[in-house]
Amino acid sequence: MTEFINIKNLVTKFDENIIHDGLNFSIRQGEIFGLLGGSGAGKSTLLRQMIMLEKFSQGDVHILGTPLKKISLKNAHSLRLQWGVLFQFGALFSSLSVLENVIVPLKEYTKLDTKQMHAIAKAKLRMVGLPEKVVNLYPSELSGGMKKRVALARALVMDPKLLFLDEPTSGLDPASARSFDRLIVELKHMFGLTIVIVTHDLDTIRNALDRFIILHNKKILIEGTMEDVKEMKHPAIERFFASH
Amino acid sequence: MLNNSTQAELTIIHQDSNSYELQCSGSWHHDTIQDVKKRVDELEKKDISNLLFNFANASSFDSAGMMLIVNSINSAVAKGTAVTFINMQPLHQRMLIFYRKNWVDPSFHTPKSSPGFFEKLGKEFIDSLLHFNAFLSFIGQSTWHLLLLFRYPSRFRFDALTKHLHSSGLQAVPIITVTSFLVGLVVAYQGAMQLQKFGANIFVVEMVAISMFRELAPMITAIVVAGRNASAYAAQIGTMKMTEEIDAMRTLGFHPFDFLVLPRMIALMIAMPLIVFLADMVGIFGGMVVANLQLDLSFMEFIQRMHSEVELKNLIIGLIKAPLFGLLIAAIGSFRGFEVTGSTDSIGIQTTKSVVNAIFWVIALNAAISVMLTEMGI
Repeated sequence: MTEFINIKNLVTKFDENIIHDGLNFSIRQGEIFGLLGGSGAGKSTLLRQMIMLEKFSQGDVHILGTPLKKISLKNAHSLRLQWGVLFQFGALFSSLSVLENVIVPLKEYTKLDTKQMHAIAKAKLRMVGLPEKVVNLYPSELSGGMKKRVALARALVMDPKLLFLDEPTSGLDPASARSFDRLIVELKHMFGLTIVIVTHDLDTIRNALDRFIILHNKKILIEGTMEDVKEMKHPAIERFFASH
Repeated sequence: MLNNSTQAELTIIHQDSNSYELQCSGSWHHDTIQDVKKRVDELEKKDISNLLFNFANASSFDSAGMMLIVNSINSAVAKGTAVTFINMQPLHQRMLIFYRKNWVDPSFHTPKSSPGFFEKLGKEFIDSLLHFNAFLSFIGQSTWHLLLLFRYPSRFRFDALTKHLHSSGLQAVPIITVTSFLVGLVVAYQGAMQLQKFGANIFVVEMVAISMFRELAPMITAIVVAGRNASAYAAQIGTMKMTEEIDAMRTLGFHPFDFLVLPRMIALMIAMPLIVFLADMVGIFGGMVVANLQLDLSFMEFIQRMHSEVELKNLIIGLIKAPLFGLLIAAIGSFRGFEVTGSTDSIGIQTTKSVVNAIFWVIALNAAISVMLTEMGI
């Protein structure tokens, strides 16, 4: 299987404060991969480094075969068109309506006519479980869970190969959170999407993730599946899974 | 998408009266389906009873490509055409089913209708009445909390007051100095040109002094302070409102008026007369410089003339107006901050409004005071 993301000896320092000290792992095509760890373990930072929002100090990060170190503007742009990102609080553009938010990438990067764009955007909105009547609302009129769904629709609208989700189920009620998990798995099967998730949600970890890493004390404590973790006895892992 | 994909194609490979067999080939992506789209539109106009899609040569689809197929299938089915597809890859089949399940008729899209002229006018009018009402209630609440302070002086936030005195008063000194110097200079310069014609050079003193003391220094200061502080107050309080900091204060039992509004109001009421006095002095100095260079009037002569001819009441009127302007600016700035709602847009809107309103009301209040005093003969 091809490796979509490959990280070697990644070191992150903020001034003298070391966040990651030599991380090594890779994410394969078509899997749902979790970045887990306690608060402040550097999960979100790691995700933001993968999507080029933050820089790393040392090491190598390859996304879809492209090294991020000294990446050219052109390569960076073409990478950005191949992934979708869902931020923790949605990060919708507050001056645009729901439909306009989802259409933004299509308008910018395709030559489709308005009717086609609307059809695609509406299908994606419906796909993430939003009713038709929300399309003309503005983000300030939506609940937290709806904002996340709209943001997911926006992330999916360009048919990305890679999807990055930052705590997709935090702040959702349990039923919505589980349907979100199902949706993620369905997307994986349907489009062969590769999905990287930062999460704390134990149900998501059990139901959706294929593999994950747990960050602890600046290093990767374990890389593997739920079965691998069960066999391991480590106070940090026990605490992580017991606290939920 | 980045791909070296071939153009999408749709060809009629077999036609038997009203039955068509269509072959889809190539990759159907948003950047390759423009030609195919036209063909689909053409076919839709025809009267077809049986439609067969052959996907044998189709290599890949993205949402836009699959949507095109779904659209044409749906409109054909709606017309009573029997549609079948063959040789479809399992992945594409799943996609097709998925998109048909999630298909929404795009022609039903009804954007919010924009209101007509009278509707907008009426809405604006009612809105401004409501806002005025809200502003009056804001002023009322501030006054009430101010009165409460006399009862419970320990509630007063002295730290916040000194902080705002520093940021709104002291830090405004450089810009006020430069502006009022330039205004004094310009007034004297333009006046000097006219007065020279009559040989009435000496009157430049009254002109500069009275206009600076009574009108210009308070106005210029108020406008600069409105630009600096009304916007700052609106943005600060607005951001706090958005991040629920104000709600947090309330639940902890701190009243936002005591913490946020009163210190700002009192700080500006103290700072404004001081800055206006500075503006008076610097403005006069600007006038003196021009009088000296342009009209050969020495600094001493200027001051003596001012002493004998310009009444003190002019200075006092200006200094009395100053705290009123300060109160108005702080009140409008804070009020606009509290008007911020959930969206990031509203911070920008309210900040703009705070400056525009503050400047407008300062000018209006100044005009009212000016007329009132003149009618009273002061």
